[in-house]
Amino acid sequence: MSALVGNGNSIQTKLLWAGVAALGAVSFGIVALSRGEPVNAAWLVIAAVCIYFIAYRYYALFIARKVLGVNPMRATPAVRHNDGLDYVPTNKYVLFGHHFAAIAGAGPLVGPVLAAQMGYLPGTLWILAGVVVAGAVQDMTVLFLSTRRDGRSLADMVRSEMGPVAGAIAGVGILLICIIILAVLALVVVQALKGSPWGTFTVFSTVPIALIMGIYGRFIRRGRVAEMSLIGVVLLLAALVYGQTVSQTPELAAYFNLSGPSLALIIIGYGFVASVLPVWLLLAPRDYLSTFMKIGVVTLLAVAIVIVRPDLQMPSITKFVDGTGPVWAGSLFPFLFITIACGSVSGWHALISSGTTPKMVENESQIPFIGYGAMLMESFVAIMAMIAASVLHPGIYFAMNSAAGIIGTTAAQAAATVSNMGFVVTPDQLSQVAHDVGEVTILSRTGGAPTLAVGMAQILSSLFGGQALTAIWYHFAILFEALFILTTVDAGTRACRFMIQDLVGNAIPAFKDTKSWTNNLAGSALACVLWGYFLYQGVIDPLGGIWTMWPLFGTSNQMLAAIALVLCTVVLFKMKHERFAWVTVVPATWLVACTVTAGVEKVFSPNPAVGFLAHASRLSTAITSGQVVAPAHSLSEMSRLVFNDYVDATLAALFAAVVISMVVYGIINIRKALGTPRATTHEVEFAGAAMGGSNA
Amino acid sequence: MPDLLTLKFEEWRRHGQTVKTWSVRAARLMIGVPDYDTYVQHRQANHPALPIMTYEEFFVERQEARYAVSKGRFRGCC
Repeated sequence: MSALVGNGNSIQTKLLWAGVAALGAVSFGIVALSRGEPVNAAWLVIAAVCIYFIAYRYYALFIARKVLGVNPMRATPAVRHNDGLDYVPTNKYVLFGHHFAAIAGAGPLVGPVLAAQMGYLPGTLWILAGVVVAGAVQDMTVLFLSTRRDGRSLADMVRSEMGPVAGAIAGVGILLICIIILAVLALVVVQALKGSPWGTFTVFSTVPIALIMGIYGRFIRRGRVAEMSLIGVVLLLAALVYGQTVSQTPELAAYFNLSGPSLALIIIGYGFVASVLPVWLLLAPRDYLSTFMKIGVVTLLAVAIVIVRPDLQMPSITKFVDGTGPVWAGSLFPFLFITIACGSVSGWHALISSGTTPKMVENESQIPFIGYGAMLMESFVAIMAMIAASVLHPGIYFAMNSAAGIIGTTAAQAAATVSNMGFVVTPDQLSQVAHDVGEVTILSRTGGAPTLAVGMAQILSSLFGGQALTAIWYHFAILFEALFILTTVDAGTRACRFMIQDLVGNAIPAFKDTKSWTNNLAGSALACVLWGYFLYQGVIDPLGGIWTMWPLFGTSNQMLAAIALVLCTVVLFKMKHERFAWVTVVPATWLVACTVTAGVEKVFSPNPAVGFLAHASRLSTAITSGQVVAPAHSLSEMSRLVFNDYVDATLAALFAAVVISMVVYGIINIRKALGTPRATTHEVEFAGAAMGGSNA
Repeated sequence: MPDLLTLKFEEWRRHGQTVKTWSVRAARLMIGVPDYDTYVQHRQANHPALPIMTYEEFFVERQEARYAVSKGRFRGCC
C-alpha cells in the first residue's frame, strides 16, 4: 500500500489513480443504477475498494498533513515512555492488526443486515459515505489527539479540553452506551440460540473449552498462546460437529432446547461469573479464541465472496424506505443512519483509539494508516455483511427478521404475510431453508446474526462442501458471532463495573477500591442487573426486542461519536486550525442531527411504532378499558410494556440531552478559543528526535 | 544447476521465516501480548541493573494488564 499511496506525481501514478477512479465509478454506476436484474456482488466489492483507496490517498493524507499537522519528527508516547510493556514503539502493520482486532466486533455485522430491509443501496451508500467522511475521520483524529496526550482516554481528554462538567456528562454517556451495547449484543445471541439445541450446545461448550485452555496456558504450558489456541479450535470444531448429533438425539436436545427468557437468565449469570473469576481462567482464553476466529472468518468470507461472486437477490431499494418496514421502525432519516452504526461511524471506536493503540504508535506519520485504514477495513466488513444479507431471497430475509407478532408462527402464515408485503415466497421455501441449515424453524430469528449466518452458509457452502455442509457452515457462523459477542459481554461487564465503581465512589469513597472483593461482587452484580434488565425486557418484548432496542443502541453509539467529533472540533479550534475545522464539523453536525432527531422521535413521535410515549399511551388507554391489544397476551403484560416504554423514553431523552449539552459546551469552548490569539490545547510538550520507521 | 536451486530455496525459506515472525507478533499483539524480545532488549539497553521478567512472568503480567479493571480499556464491541 505504501508504494501506491506515496507522493509520486509521475504520469504513471496519475494514470493509475485515474484508472482506480474510473473503475470505481463504473462499478458504482452498475450497483446504483441497475433495475430489475440482480446485480453481482463483485461490483459492490470493486466499488467499495476503489472508494477506500481514493479516500485514503486523497482525504486521509490531506487530513493528516494539513488539518492535524502530524509531525514525523515529534516523539510519540511509545518512544518517550518506552517500557517494553504498555508503551512500545510497534511496527505499523502489527499495530494495524491490533487496532483492527480491537475495533471489529458484532456491530458492523448486524447493523447492515437489519438495514437491508430498505434494500441494499441506501445502507451501502451510508456505509461508504459515512466511513470516508465521518467514521474514519473520527477514529484517526481521536487517535491523533490521544497520541499527542500520552495516550489519555476520551473522557479524560473531554475533561481537560472542555472542562470538568463536559467531562462528567461524557462519562455518563459512556456508561449508558456500555449498558445498552451489552444488552443488545446479548439479545442478538439469545435470538440466535433460542429453540436451537445445536447452536446452544456449541456455544455452551465454549465455556468448558475455555476453562481447559485457561488451565493449560496457566499451569501446563504457561504463555504458549499458539498451543492453547490450537487446542481450543480443535475442541470447538469437534463440538460444532457433535452439535448435530445432539440436535438429532431427542434426549440430549431437550437439555439444550431453551426458551428466550431462560437463555437470557443464563447469559446474565454467565456475565456475572465471568467478570468476577480470575481472567486467566475464562475471560482471556475465550478472548484469544474469539479474536483469532474473528480475523480468520472475516478473511475467509472476503475470499469466498471474491471467488463465488454471488448475485444480490434483494432489490436495491424496497418500499420500506417510508418507515413501514417489519424489521425495525422508523423512516430513512434518521433511522437508517442509526441502524448502521459501526460500519460507517462508531463512537465506540473513539474509546479504543484513545486506549492502548496510541501508546504503541511508532511515528505520528503512521496515524492515518492505522486510524483511518483500520476503519476502512471495518467498513469493508460491513459491506460483506450487507452482501451476505442481500444474497438471500428477500422473502426469506423478511420471514427471518420480522417478529412473530407481525408474521405469525407457522410457515404458512409467514409465507402469506411476507408475500403480501410484495416478496413472494412459499411455505415450502421457508421450511426448506430451515431444513438445510439444520434448524426446526427460521421464522422470526431476529437480531441479524441468524440472517448473516444463512447468507454466509450460502456463500461458504458454494465454495466448500456444497449442500451437505450448509448446516455446519450455518452453525459455524452462529458460533463465531456468539463467541465474540459473549467475550464482549464478559469484558464489557468488567469495564461497566469499573465505571459504576468510579461513579458511585464519588458518593461512597470506599466503593472506589477495585481490589476489594465486596466491591468487586457488588459492582459486577450492579452492572449485570443494569444490562440484564434491558436484555430481559427485550427478550420478552412481543415485538422481538430488536425492533425496540436496536434503534436505542444505534442512537447511543452515534451519540458517543457525536461527542468525540465535538471534542475533535474544539481541539482543532484550540490548535488554531479553524480554517480546516469543517473536516470534523461536517460529520459532527450530521451525527448531532441524526441522534437528536432520533432521540426526539423515539420519545415524542405520535406514531406508536416509533414513539415510546405514543405507544405507552395507546396501551394505557386500552388497559383502562380492559382490552388486550395484540401482540400482548394479557393486561399484566401490557402494564409491563407501558413501564418499559417509559424507561426507554427516558433513555432516548437522556441521549438527546447528552448530545445537546456537549454541543453547547463545544460552542462555548470554540468561542473561547476564537477569542484567544494563540493555541490553547493541552498537548504534552514537544520532544523531537522521533525514532522508528517514518513513512505513512 | 543444483546450487542455484538451493539458493532459491534458501531465499524462499528466509522469506517464509520473516512472514512467520511478523504474523506471530501481530497475532500476539491482537490479544494484548507485545513482543517479548523487544521487551528484553529494552530492559537490557535501558535498565541493565534491574531484573528482567521471564517470558512466563511477562505473559502473566500482560494478561492481567489487558483485563485490569481500569480506565481506557475497552475493546471489541463494534
